[in-house]
Amino acid sequence: MDTTVTTGTAESVWSGGSKNKPLGASYGKMMMWFFIVSDALTFSGFIAAYGFSRFKFADSWPIADEVFTHVPLFHGNYPMIYVAIMTFILIMSSVTMVLAVDAGHKLQKNRVIWYMFFTVIGGIIFLSSQAWEWATFIKGDFGAIETKGGRILQFVKADTGERAAIRDFATPLHEERVDHTNNKGVWFFGESTLPTYSVNEVVTGFKADSNILVRVENVNEDGHKIVLTRDESLKRLAGSKYVVEGANLIHNEYGSRLFADFFFFITGFHGFHVFSGVLINIIIFFNVIIGTYERRGHYEMVEKVGLYWHFVDLVWVFVFTFFYLV
Amino acid sequence: MAHEHKLAIFRGRLKFKDNIQKIWGVLIFLSLVTLVEVVLGIYKPPILMKPLISAFEPGLAGSTMNFLLSPFIYLKPLNLIFIVLTIVKAYYIAWDFMHLRDEKKGLRRAIVWTPVFLISYLVFILLTEGSYIYDIYHSGFVKWNF
Repeated sequence: MDTTVTTGTAESVWSGGSKNKPLGASYGKMMMWFFIVSDALTFSGFIAAYGFSRFKFADSWPIADEVFTHVPLFHGNYPMIYVAIMTFILIMSSVTMVLAVDAGHKLQKNRVIWYMFFTVIGGIIFLSSQAWEWATFIKGDFGAIETKGGRILQFVKADTGERAAIRDFATPLHEERVDHTNNKGVWFFGESTLPTYSVNEVVTGFKADSNILVRVENVNEDGHKIVLTRDESLKRLAGSKYVVEGANLIHNEYGSRLFADFFFFITGFHGFHVFSGVLINIIIFFNVIIGTYERRGHYEMVEKVGLYWHFVDLVWVFVFTFFYLV
Repeated sequence: MAHEHKLAIFRGRLKFKDNIQKIWGVLIFLSLVTLVEVVLGIYKPPILMKPLISAFEPGLAGSTMNFLLSPFIYLKPLNLIFIVLTIVKAYYIAWDFMHLRDEKKGLRRAIVWTPVFLISYLVFILLTEGSYIYDIYHSGFVKWNF
Protein backbone atom coordinates (compact mmCIF):
# COMPACT_ATOMS: atom_id res chain seq x y z
CA MET A 1 0.00 0.00 0.00
CA ASP A 2 2.98 2.28 0.25
CA THR A 3 3.04 2.72 -3.52
CA THR A 4 0.32 5.40 -3.40
CA VAL A 5 1.41 8.86 -4.46
CA THR A 6 2.43 10.92 -1.50
CA THR A 7 2.26 14.66 -1.39
CA GLY A 8 4.13 16.80 1.03
CA THR A 9 4.59 16.02 4.68
CA ALA A 10 1.32 14.26 5.48
CA GLU A 11 2.58 11.25 3.62
CA SER A 12 0.71 7.98 3.47
CA VAL A 13 -1.38 8.54 6.57
CA TRP A 14 -4.33 6.70 5.08
CA SER A 15 -2.28 3.79 3.91
CA GLY A 16 -1.23 3.21 7.47
CA GLY A 17 2.15 4.70 6.61
CA SER A 18 5.19 3.94 8.64
CA LYS A 19 5.75 7.27 10.36
CA ASN A 20 2.38 8.71 11.11
CA LYS A 21 0.10 5.77 11.94
CA PRO A 22 -3.30 7.21 12.78
CA LEU A 23 -4.40 4.33 14.97
CA GLY A 24 -1.02 2.94 15.93
CA ALA A 25 -2.00 -0.58 15.05
CA SER A 26 -0.95 -2.89 12.25
CA TYR A 27 -3.39 -3.83 9.52
CA GLY A 28 -3.87 -7.35 10.87
CA LYS A 29 -4.49 -6.30 14.41
CA MET A 30 -6.92 -3.59 13.42
CA MET A 31 -8.88 -6.03 11.27
CA MET A 32 -9.00 -8.48 14.17
CA TRP A 33 -10.44 -5.69 16.29
CA PHE A 34 -13.05 -4.80 13.69
CA PHE A 35 -14.00 -8.46 13.33
CA ILE A 36 -14.42 -8.62 17.10
CA VAL A 37 -16.64 -5.53 17.02
CA SER A 38 -18.90 -7.09 14.39
CA ASP A 39 -18.95 -10.42 16.21
CA ALA A 40 -19.85 -8.61 19.43
CA LEU A 41 -22.82 -7.12 17.59
CA THR A 42 -23.92 -10.60 16.49
CA PHE A 43 -23.77 -11.90 20.04
CA SER A 44 -25.55 -8.87 21.41
CA GLY A 45 -28.28 -9.49 18.83
CA PHE A 46 -28.79 -12.96 20.29
CA ILE A 47 -28.65 -11.80 23.88
CA ALA A 48 -31.00 -8.89 23.19
CA ALA A 49 -33.41 -11.34 21.52
CA TYR A 50 -33.17 -13.46 24.65
CA GLY A 51 -34.01 -10.37 26.71
CA PHE A 52 -36.96 -9.68 24.42
CA SER A 53 -38.42 -13.16 24.93
CA ARG A 54 -37.74 -12.98 28.60
CA PHE A 55 -39.53 -9.67 29.00
CA LYS A 56 -42.37 -11.08 26.93
CA PHE A 57 -42.81 -14.00 29.37
CA ALA A 58 -41.56 -12.12 32.41
CA ASP A 59 -43.77 -13.97 34.88
CA SER A 60 -43.34 -17.50 33.55
CA TRP A 61 -39.66 -17.71 32.60
CA PRO A 62 -37.74 -20.68 34.07
CA ILE A 63 -35.52 -19.84 37.05
CA ALA A 64 -31.93 -20.66 36.05
CA ASP A 65 -30.96 -21.64 39.59
CA GLU A 66 -33.47 -24.47 39.43
CA VAL A 67 -32.32 -25.62 36.01
CA PHE A 68 -28.55 -25.77 36.32
CA THR A 69 -28.03 -27.47 39.64
CA HIS A 70 -25.61 -30.27 38.89
CA VAL A 71 -21.88 -30.68 39.34
CA PRO A 72 -20.12 -33.64 37.71
CA LEU A 73 -19.35 -36.52 40.10
CA PHE A 74 -21.44 -34.97 42.87
CA HIS A 75 -25.01 -35.70 43.80
CA GLY A 76 -27.29 -33.08 45.20
CA ASN A 77 -28.39 -29.56 44.53
CA TYR A 78 -25.59 -27.09 43.76
CA PRO A 79 -26.99 -24.19 41.77
CA MET A 80 -24.46 -22.00 39.94
CA ILE A 81 -21.39 -23.75 41.28
CA TYR A 82 -20.39 -25.52 38.10
CA VAL A 83 -21.00 -22.53 35.84
CA ALA A 84 -18.87 -20.47 38.19
CA ILE A 85 -16.09 -23.04 37.85
CA MET A 86 -16.44 -22.92 34.05
CA THR A 87 -16.21 -19.13 34.14
CA PHE A 88 -13.09 -19.35 36.25
CA ILE A 89 -11.52 -21.88 33.85
CA LEU A 90 -12.14 -19.55 30.92
CA ILE A 91 -10.75 -16.51 32.76
CA MET A 92 -7.74 -18.61 33.75
CA SER A 93 -7.07 -19.59 30.14
CA SER A 94 -7.39 -15.91 29.23
CA VAL A 95 -4.65 -15.19 31.75
CA THR A 96 -2.28 -17.80 30.30
CA MET A 97 -3.02 -16.32 26.86
CA VAL A 98 -2.11 -12.80 27.98
CA LEU A 99 1.03 -14.22 29.60
CA ALA A 100 1.88 -15.84 26.25
CA VAL A 101 1.47 -12.47 24.53
CA ASP A 102 3.68 -10.88 27.15
CA ALA A 103 6.36 -13.54 26.67
CA GLY A 104 6.06 -12.99 22.91
CA HIS A 105 6.91 -9.32 23.30
CA LYS A 106 10.08 -10.36 25.07
CA LEU A 107 10.77 -12.98 22.36
CA GLN A 108 10.90 -15.79 24.91
CA LYS A 109 9.93 -18.68 22.67
CA ASN A 110 9.75 -21.43 25.31
CA ARG A 111 7.51 -19.46 27.61
CA VAL A 112 5.18 -18.65 24.71
CA ILE A 113 5.00 -22.38 23.92
CA TRP A 114 4.08 -23.35 27.48
CA TYR A 115 1.53 -20.60 27.98
CA MET A 116 -0.10 -21.39 24.62
CA PHE A 117 -0.23 -25.03 25.69
CA PHE A 118 -2.02 -24.17 28.94
CA THR A 119 -4.42 -21.90 27.06
CA VAL A 120 -5.39 -24.73 24.71
CA ILE A 121 -5.86 -27.09 27.66
CA GLY A 122 -8.09 -24.55 29.40
CA GLY A 123 -10.17 -24.18 26.24
CA ILE A 124 -10.58 -27.95 25.95
CA ILE A 125 -11.64 -28.25 29.59
CA PHE A 126 -14.20 -25.50 29.08
CA LEU A 127 -15.58 -27.20 25.95
CA SER A 128 -15.88 -30.53 27.75
CA SER A 129 -17.69 -28.84 30.63
CA GLN A 130 -20.09 -27.29 28.21
CA ALA A 131 -20.70 -30.63 26.50
CA TRP A 132 -21.44 -32.14 29.90
CA GLU A 133 -23.79 -29.32 30.75
CA TRP A 134 -25.64 -29.75 27.47
CA ALA A 135 -25.94 -33.50 28.05
CA THR A 136 -27.34 -32.92 31.55
CA PHE A 137 -29.77 -30.32 30.27
CA ILE A 138 -30.96 -32.56 27.43
CA LYS A 139 -31.34 -35.60 29.68
CA GLY A 140 -33.46 -33.70 32.17
CA ASP A 141 -34.10 -34.03 35.84
CA PHE A 142 -37.60 -34.63 37.11
CA GLY A 143 -39.75 -34.81 33.99
CA ALA A 144 -42.92 -32.81 33.46
CA ILE A 145 -46.27 -32.80 31.72
CA GLU A 146 -47.02 -30.59 28.76
CA THR A 147 -50.63 -29.50 28.36
CA LYS A 148 -52.60 -29.02 25.17
CA GLY A 149 -51.97 -25.29 25.50
CA GLY A 150 -48.23 -25.87 25.56
CA ARG A 151 -47.86 -25.09 29.28
CA ILE A 152 -45.48 -27.12 31.44
CA LEU A 153 -46.74 -28.73 34.64
CA GLN A 154 -44.07 -29.81 37.09
CA PHE A 155 -44.58 -31.77 40.30
CA VAL A 156 -43.64 -31.06 43.89
CA LYS A 157 -44.04 -33.00 47.12
CA ALA A 158 -46.70 -31.42 49.30
CA ASP A 159 -44.97 -32.03 52.63
CA THR A 160 -41.43 -30.89 51.83
CA GLY A 161 -41.96 -28.63 48.85
CA GLU A 162 -39.19 -30.44 46.97
CA ARG A 163 -39.50 -31.33 43.33
CA ALA A 164 -40.97 -34.76 42.64
CA ALA A 165 -39.69 -36.81 39.71
CA ILE A 166 -42.34 -38.49 37.58
CA ARG A 167 -40.38 -41.75 37.77
CA ASP A 168 -41.04 -41.78 41.53
CA PHE A 169 -44.82 -41.66 41.41
CA ALA A 170 -45.95 -42.74 37.94
CA THR A 171 -47.78 -46.07 37.97
CA PRO A 172 -46.66 -48.54 35.30
CA LEU A 173 -49.79 -49.67 33.51
CA HIS A 174 -48.36 -51.97 30.82
CA GLU A 175 -50.59 -50.44 28.19
CA GLU A 176 -50.69 -51.55 24.60
CA ARG A 177 -49.33 -48.95 22.30
CA VAL A 178 -50.21 -49.01 18.61
CA ASP A 179 -47.23 -48.08 16.47
CA HIS A 180 -47.75 -45.32 14.00
CA THR A 181 -47.02 -46.70 10.57
CA ASN A 182 -46.52 -45.49 7.05
CA ASN A 183 -49.89 -46.55 5.70
CA LYS A 184 -51.82 -44.73 8.43
CA GLY A 185 -50.04 -41.41 8.31
CA VAL A 186 -50.94 -38.57 6.00
CA TRP A 187 -47.47 -37.13 6.28
CA PHE A 188 -45.42 -39.83 7.90
CA PHE A 189 -41.74 -39.41 8.72
CA GLY A 190 -41.17 -41.98 11.41
CA GLU A 191 -41.99 -42.80 14.96
CA SER A 192 -40.38 -40.47 17.47
CA THR A 193 -38.73 -41.81 20.60
CA LEU A 194 -41.16 -42.32 23.42
CA PRO A 195 -40.85 -40.95 26.94
CA THR A 196 -40.43 -43.56 29.67
CA TYR A 197 -43.97 -43.05 30.95
CA SER A 198 -47.23 -42.32 29.21
CA VAL A 199 -49.48 -39.43 30.21
CA ASN A 200 -51.98 -41.95 31.53
CA GLU A 201 -49.39 -43.55 33.80
CA VAL A 202 -48.34 -40.19 35.23
CA VAL A 203 -51.93 -39.07 35.83
CA THR A 204 -52.86 -42.41 37.44
CA GLY A 205 -49.80 -42.20 39.65
CA PHE A 206 -50.69 -38.64 40.57
CA LYS A 207 -54.21 -39.64 41.61
CA ALA A 208 -52.85 -42.46 43.75
CA ASP A 209 -50.30 -40.33 45.63
CA SER A 210 -51.91 -37.51 47.59
CA ASN A 211 -48.53 -36.05 48.50
CA ILE A 212 -47.89 -34.74 44.97
CA LEU A 213 -48.96 -31.31 43.74
CA VAL A 214 -48.67 -29.56 40.40
CA ARG A 215 -46.39 -26.57 40.04
CA VAL A 216 -47.11 -24.23 37.12
CA GLU A 217 -44.76 -21.97 35.17
CA ASN A 218 -46.09 -18.69 36.55
CA VAL A 219 -44.38 -17.04 39.47
CA ASN A 220 -46.04 -15.37 42.43
CA GLU A 221 -45.07 -11.97 43.80
CA ASP A 222 -42.06 -13.37 45.63
CA GLY A 223 -40.66 -14.80 42.42
CA HIS A 224 -41.43 -18.42 43.29
CA LYS A 225 -43.30 -20.76 40.97
CA ILE A 226 -46.96 -21.14 41.97
CA VAL A 227 -47.92 -24.52 43.45
CA LEU A 228 -51.55 -25.49 42.91
CA THR A 229 -53.85 -27.19 45.39
CA ARG A 230 -54.77 -30.83 44.92
CA ASP A 231 -58.12 -30.01 43.24
CA GLU A 232 -56.67 -27.39 40.94
CA SER A 233 -53.84 -29.80 40.10
CA LEU A 234 -56.25 -32.50 39.01
CA LYS A 235 -58.22 -30.01 36.96
CA ARG A 236 -55.06 -28.81 35.24
CA LEU A 237 -53.84 -32.35 34.61
CA ALA A 238 -57.02 -33.07 32.64
CA GLY A 239 -55.47 -31.09 29.79
CA SER A 240 -52.28 -33.17 29.68
CA LYS A 241 -50.90 -33.94 26.28
CA TYR A 242 -47.27 -35.12 26.54
CA VAL A 243 -44.80 -36.38 29.06
CA VAL A 244 -41.64 -34.30 28.68
CA GLU A 245 -38.30 -35.58 29.86
CA GLY A 246 -35.38 -33.23 29.44
CA ALA A 247 -35.21 -30.52 26.84
CA ASN A 248 -34.83 -30.18 23.11
CA LEU A 249 -35.83 -27.55 20.58
CA ILE A 250 -39.51 -28.54 20.70
CA HIS A 251 -40.24 -29.59 24.29
CA ASN A 252 -38.66 -28.39 27.49
CA GLU A 253 -39.42 -29.82 30.90
CA TYR A 254 -37.92 -26.77 32.65
CA GLY A 255 -40.59 -24.38 31.37
CA SER A 256 -40.77 -22.08 28.38
CA ARG A 257 -39.38 -23.85 25.34
CA LEU A 258 -37.82 -20.58 24.21
CA PHE A 259 -35.51 -20.92 27.20
CA ALA A 260 -34.12 -24.17 25.81
CA ASP A 261 -33.94 -22.75 22.28
CA PHE A 262 -31.94 -19.76 23.43
CA PHE A 263 -29.80 -21.91 25.68
CA PHE A 264 -28.82 -24.17 22.79
CA PHE A 265 -28.40 -21.29 20.40
CA ILE A 266 -26.41 -18.85 22.50
CA THR A 267 -24.20 -21.25 24.44
CA GLY A 268 -23.86 -23.30 21.26
CA PHE A 269 -22.73 -20.30 19.25
CA HIS A 270 -20.35 -19.33 22.02
CA GLY A 271 -19.08 -22.90 22.28
CA PHE A 272 -18.50 -22.88 18.53
CA HIS A 273 -16.37 -19.76 19.00
CA VAL A 274 -14.41 -21.45 21.78
CA PHE A 275 -13.95 -24.47 19.52
CA SER A 276 -12.58 -22.39 16.64
CA GLY A 277 -10.47 -20.46 19.15
CA VAL A 278 -8.92 -23.72 20.35
CA LEU A 279 -8.22 -24.77 16.74
CA ILE A 280 -6.59 -21.42 15.90
CA ASN A 281 -4.61 -21.55 19.14
CA ILE A 282 -3.34 -25.02 18.24
CA ILE A 283 -2.22 -23.81 14.80
CA ILE A 284 -0.39 -20.86 16.36
CA PHE A 285 1.03 -23.15 19.03
CA PHE A 286 2.69 -25.32 16.38
CA ASN A 287 3.83 -22.25 14.46
CA VAL A 288 5.57 -21.04 17.61
CA ILE A 289 7.19 -24.44 18.09
CA ILE A 290 8.60 -24.59 14.55
CA GLY A 291 9.91 -21.07 15.00
CA THR A 292 7.84 -19.17 12.42
CA TYR A 293 7.54 -16.08 14.61
CA GLU A 294 11.10 -16.39 15.88
CA ARG A 295 12.25 -15.97 12.26
CA ARG A 296 9.70 -13.24 11.60
CA GLY A 297 11.15 -11.30 14.49
CA HIS A 298 7.87 -10.62 16.29
CA TYR A 299 5.02 -12.54 17.88
CA GLU A 300 2.18 -10.32 16.75
CA MET A 301 0.23 -13.33 15.51
CA VAL A 302 0.06 -14.60 19.09
CA GLU A 303 -1.33 -11.25 20.11
CA LYS A 304 -3.98 -11.38 17.39
CA VAL A 305 -5.29 -14.82 18.32
CA GLY A 306 -5.02 -13.63 21.92
CA LEU A 307 -7.48 -10.84 21.12
CA TYR A 308 -9.92 -13.38 19.72
CA TRP A 309 -9.48 -15.63 22.74
CA HIS A 310 -10.13 -12.81 25.19
CA PHE A 311 -13.18 -11.84 23.19
CA VAL A 312 -14.58 -15.34 23.67
CA ASP A 313 -14.01 -14.90 27.41
CA LEU A 314 -15.66 -11.48 27.29
CA VAL A 315 -18.76 -12.92 25.62
CA TRP A 316 -18.94 -15.67 28.24
CA VAL A 317 -18.95 -13.04 31.00
CA PHE A 318 -22.14 -11.63 29.47
CA VAL A 319 -23.70 -15.03 28.77
CA PHE A 320 -22.98 -16.01 32.37
CA THR A 321 -24.75 -12.93 33.67
CA PHE A 322 -27.79 -12.98 31.45
CA PHE A 323 -28.36 -16.72 31.33
CA TYR A 324 -27.42 -17.86 34.80
CA LEU A 325 -27.48 -14.89 37.16
CA VAL A 326 -30.13 -12.36 36.22
CA MET B 1 1.79 -2.30 19.23
CA ALA B 2 2.70 -0.07 22.07
CA HIS B 3 5.49 -1.85 23.79
CA GLU B 4 5.30 0.10 26.98
CA HIS B 5 2.40 -1.05 29.14
CA LYS B 6 0.43 1.27 31.34
CA LEU B 7 0.71 -0.44 34.68
CA ALA B 8 -1.81 1.39 36.82
CA ILE B 9 -5.42 0.28 37.27
CA PHE B 10 -8.34 1.75 39.26
CA ARG B 11 -7.57 5.21 37.83
CA GLY B 12 -3.98 5.10 39.01
CA ARG B 13 -4.76 3.99 42.56
CA LEU B 14 -3.10 0.61 42.13
CA LYS B 15 0.25 0.47 40.36
CA PHE B 16 2.04 -2.72 39.42
CA LYS B 17 5.76 -3.32 39.06
CA ASP B 18 5.58 -5.05 35.70
CA ASN B 19 3.08 -6.33 33.17
CA ILE B 20 3.04 -9.90 34.50
CA GLN B 21 2.22 -8.69 37.97
CA LYS B 22 -0.58 -6.58 36.55
CA ILE B 23 -2.04 -9.62 34.77
CA TRP B 24 -2.21 -11.60 38.01
CA GLY B 25 -3.61 -8.59 39.84
CA VAL B 26 -6.40 -8.25 37.29
CA LEU B 27 -7.09 -11.99 37.54
CA ILE B 28 -7.51 -11.70 41.31
CA PHE B 29 -9.85 -8.77 40.84
CA LEU B 30 -11.95 -10.58 38.20
CA SER B 31 -12.15 -13.71 40.36
CA LEU B 32 -13.31 -11.65 43.34
CA VAL B 33 -16.04 -10.02 41.26
CA THR B 34 -17.16 -13.44 39.96
CA LEU B 35 -17.20 -14.78 43.50
CA VAL B 36 -19.37 -11.91 44.68
CA GLU B 37 -21.74 -12.55 41.77
CA VAL B 38 -22.01 -16.26 42.51
CA VAL B 39 -22.56 -15.75 46.24
CA LEU B 40 -25.26 -13.14 45.56
CA GLY B 41 -26.76 -15.44 42.91
CA ILE B 42 -27.00 -18.36 45.32
CA TYR B 43 -28.25 -16.55 48.40
CA LYS B 44 -30.36 -13.87 46.67
CA PRO B 45 -30.73 -11.50 49.63
CA PRO B 46 -34.47 -10.74 49.86
CA ILE B 47 -33.81 -7.04 50.30
CA LEU B 48 -32.35 -6.93 46.77
CA MET B 49 -35.19 -8.85 45.17
CA LYS B 50 -37.78 -6.06 45.11
CA PRO B 51 -37.55 -2.93 42.95
CA LEU B 52 -36.49 0.06 45.03
CA ILE B 53 -39.50 2.18 44.15
CA SER B 54 -42.66 1.29 42.29
CA ALA B 55 -43.91 2.98 39.15
CA PHE B 56 -46.82 4.35 41.17
CA GLU B 57 -44.79 5.94 43.94
CA PRO B 58 -46.80 8.99 45.08
CA GLY B 59 -45.62 12.54 45.54
CA LEU B 60 -43.24 14.84 43.73
CA ALA B 61 -40.20 12.90 44.90
CA GLY B 62 -41.76 9.69 43.65
CA SER B 63 -42.49 11.08 40.19
CA THR B 64 -39.07 12.68 39.92
CA MET B 65 -37.33 9.49 40.93
CA ASN B 66 -39.50 7.54 38.51
CA PHE B 67 -38.61 9.91 35.73
CA LEU B 68 -34.90 9.88 36.44
CA LEU B 69 -34.60 6.20 37.17
CA SER B 70 -37.14 4.86 34.70
CA PRO B 71 -34.63 2.51 33.06
CA PHE B 72 -33.82 0.97 36.42
CA ILE B 73 -36.91 0.94 38.60
CA TYR B 74 -38.41 -2.18 37.12
CA LEU B 75 -35.19 -4.08 37.65
CA LYS B 76 -34.58 -5.87 40.87
CA PRO B 77 -31.59 -4.19 42.53
CA LEU B 78 -29.83 -7.55 42.49
CA ASN B 79 -30.03 -7.71 38.69
CA LEU B 80 -28.78 -4.16 38.45
CA ILE B 81 -25.78 -5.16 40.58
CA PHE B 82 -25.12 -8.15 38.31
CA ILE B 83 -25.22 -6.01 35.18
CA VAL B 84 -22.91 -3.37 36.65
CA LEU B 85 -20.44 -6.03 37.84
CA THR B 86 -20.53 -7.63 34.38
CA ILE B 87 -19.65 -4.36 32.72
CA VAL B 88 -16.85 -3.87 35.25
CA LYS B 89 -15.48 -7.31 34.36
CA ALA B 90 -15.81 -6.61 30.64
CA TYR B 91 -13.93 -3.35 31.13
CA TYR B 92 -10.95 -5.00 32.79
CA ILE B 93 -10.84 -7.87 30.27
CA ALA B 94 -10.83 -5.41 27.37
CA TRP B 95 -8.53 -2.85 28.96
CA ASP B 96 -5.90 -5.12 30.49
CA PHE B 97 -6.12 -8.51 28.78
CA MET B 98 -6.85 -7.11 25.33
CA HIS B 99 -4.43 -4.20 25.92
CA LEU B 100 -6.93 -1.48 25.07
CA ARG B 101 -5.32 0.56 27.82
CA ASP B 102 -2.15 0.70 25.72
CA GLU B 103 -3.80 1.54 22.40
CA LYS B 104 -4.24 4.97 20.89
CA LYS B 105 -7.33 6.86 21.90
CA GLY B 106 -8.73 6.84 18.35
CA LEU B 107 -8.63 3.07 18.01
CA ARG B 108 -10.04 2.59 21.48
CA ARG B 109 -12.98 4.88 20.84
CA ALA B 110 -13.74 3.32 17.47
CA ILE B 111 -13.82 -0.10 19.09
CA VAL B 112 -15.72 0.77 22.24
CA TRP B 113 -18.24 3.45 21.38
CA THR B 114 -19.56 1.92 18.15
CA PRO B 115 -20.90 -1.24 19.79
CA VAL B 116 -21.91 0.57 22.97
CA PHE B 117 -24.12 2.90 20.97
CA LEU B 118 -25.58 0.20 18.72
CA ILE B 119 -26.18 -2.30 21.51
CA SER B 120 -27.85 0.23 23.80
CA TYR B 121 -30.17 1.15 20.96
CA LEU B 122 -31.03 -2.46 20.14
CA VAL B 123 -31.56 -3.41 23.77
CA PHE B 124 -33.78 -0.40 24.37
CA ILE B 125 -35.96 -1.22 21.34
CA LEU B 126 -36.26 -4.94 22.02
CA LEU B 127 -36.91 -4.68 25.74
CA THR B 128 -39.54 -1.99 25.23
CA GLU B 129 -41.24 -4.19 22.64
CA GLY B 130 -40.94 -7.24 24.90
CA SER B 131 -42.67 -5.57 27.82
CA TYR B 132 -45.34 -4.20 25.49
CA ILE B 133 -46.15 -7.74 24.33
CA TYR B 134 -46.15 -8.86 27.96
CA ASP B 135 -48.84 -6.28 28.67
CA ILE B 136 -50.84 -7.39 25.65
CA TYR B 137 -50.76 -11.00 26.85
CA HIS B 138 -51.98 -9.88 30.23
CA SER B 139 -54.86 -7.77 29.01
CA GLY B 140 -56.65 -10.91 27.92
CA PHE B 141 -56.23 -11.21 24.19
CA VAL B 142 -54.39 -14.49 24.40
CA LYS B 143 -55.63 -17.45 26.34
CA TRP B 144 -52.85 -19.47 27.90
CA ASN B 145 -54.50 -22.36 29.68
CA PHE B 146 -56.97 -24.45 27.78
